[in-house]
Amino acid sequence: MTIDTGRRLPARVSGDDGGTGHLEELRVDPIGLMQRVRDECGDVGIFRLADKDVVLLSGAEANELFFRSPEEQLDQAEAYPFMTPVFGEGVVFDAPPERRREMLHNQALRDKFMRGHAATIAAEVEAMVADWDDEGEIDLLDWFAELTIYTSSACLIGKRFRDELDQRFGQLYHDLEKGTDAIAYVDPYADIESFHKRDAARVGLVELVQAIMERRALEPAPADDDRDLLDVLMSIKNPDGTDRFVADEVTGMFISMMFAGHHTTSGTAAWTLIELLRNEGEMAIVDAELAELYAGGAEVSYQALREMPRVESAIKEALRLHPPLILLLRVAKEDLECEGYTIEAGQMVGASPSVSNRIASDFPDPDAFRPARYLEPLEEDRTNPWTWIPFGAGRHRCVGQAFAMMQLKAIFSVLLLDWEFELAQPADTYQNDHSKMVVQLAQPCTVRYRRRAVARSAQGSGTSAADGD
Amino acid sequence: MRIAVDPDLCQGHGVCESEAPDVFAVGKDHMVVVLHPDPPASQRPAVEAAVRFCPTHALSFVDD
Repeated sequence: MTIDTGRRLPARVSGDDGGTGHLEELRVDPIGLMQRVRDECGDVGIFRLADKDVVLLSGAEANELFFRSPEEQLDQAEAYPFMTPVFGEGVVFDAPPERRREMLHNQALRDKFMRGHAATIAAEVEAMVADWDDEGEIDLLDWFAELTIYTSSACLIGKRFRDELDQRFGQLYHDLEKGTDAIAYVDPYADIESFHKRDAARVGLVELVQAIMERRALEPAPADDDRDLLDVLMSIKNPDGTDRFVADEVTGMFISMMFAGHHTTSGTAAWTLIELLRNEGEMAIVDAELAELYAGGAEVSYQALREMPRVESAIKEALRLHPPLILLLRVAKEDLECEGYTIEAGQMVGASPSVSNRIASDFPDPDAFRPARYLEPLEEDRTNPWTWIPFGAGRHRCVGQAFAMMQLKAIFSVLLLDWEFELAQPADTYQNDHSKMVVQLAQPCTVRYRRRAVARSAQGSGTSAADGD
Repeated sequence: MRIAVDPDLCQGHGVCESEAPDVFAVGKDHMVVVLHPDPPASQRPAVEAAVRFCPTHALSFVDD
């Protein structure tokens, strides 16, 4: 008797090229590949990356298994080899749920810190639009990527650190994000240009942080209230009196803290704006909600940000259609059963927000931008907890979700109050670049802005009063 | 009606504690503790807000 006799292995998707399997397709059209797995194989199917099988799961039942399985069965730490050169050796990409909860508390993501973050973020947006003329054009990738470097560094590391950053930090950071080619599944240090730029960018970031640390070491210590995370890390010493953390380690920690919240938030801000501009009726609804909420010059506050269901629904719908992470991965540490199929120890296991978020039986008219699907009584996000998964689900659910939603609502509160936008290129030319595991908007992706004839913000109404009307 | 917690989902954000401090506490292990599984009617609006705004949807009402 063998235990193996009853095993049913999942079907393999078509298109294996005989060499590295589906790796080349993953680098060109990953969503097409993953959708084909579902179309051909159902909820459980296999594609191949060189010598590794990836069992791709989709649909509520299979996804629930994926998201509920503990670390001992589905391990996340080994699943993202392309991140190790970005963070640096020894900086763990992921941690068990207990440790994640601890980090959430230490990383200022708790609810009680959110009130302060709301004001910080609004101020960062205002600082960036302060440079704008009455009308002009911005590139959405460049603009939101720079903004979210400032917001995430200010909120997660501290205002003091943020004030020492300029465009250089964001540009180097962008090179890191572009250094996530799926070739890393074969060799994370392959001799390709994007990996060379990635490694040079990391060196550049360490130099910037080193310079800030050297400057601080010569200055008098700041008041306790002004201390940021860098001050705290610099104050920790080894028993022999030397610094516990060198610049390389500090930089690795900062990169990893900011990474999860950077390209994700930046891309979602851009896609929300693009979809609202593609759907005028939805923009009008969002505009009206903000105008009413901030009538009379109310501030962008934590409370105000909680009470904007229309803006929130627009963001959720942009996330469903354009999830920033298109493929979540684990490694099976033991054999698992899923819908009658055996997943074998050693195989990689994936779940795809891009595929699950568009399952038509869960999300009617799945390709349409329909924010009303999140309003009562539909609430398609709450009724589909295992397929509405732009933030993942279960144990590994994005710990930054509440922060991200608050941040996005704060960004649009400031942007849409005083500015109008329009697409600066044909509506169907805004697309994601899927050539890297970190998905970003393909350039060009420009929009035009114009200052509203009647400013609606507190600042705006104050100014017009001072003009003497 | 009783409050149920899905421990696989709770990450200890503490939103429930902010909304209804008499009913929820987030302890040192960063996991929610329900102080009153069957809270008095006066707490109902606060508890509903806690369930609604939980970022991980870890809280729910169940009928016994």
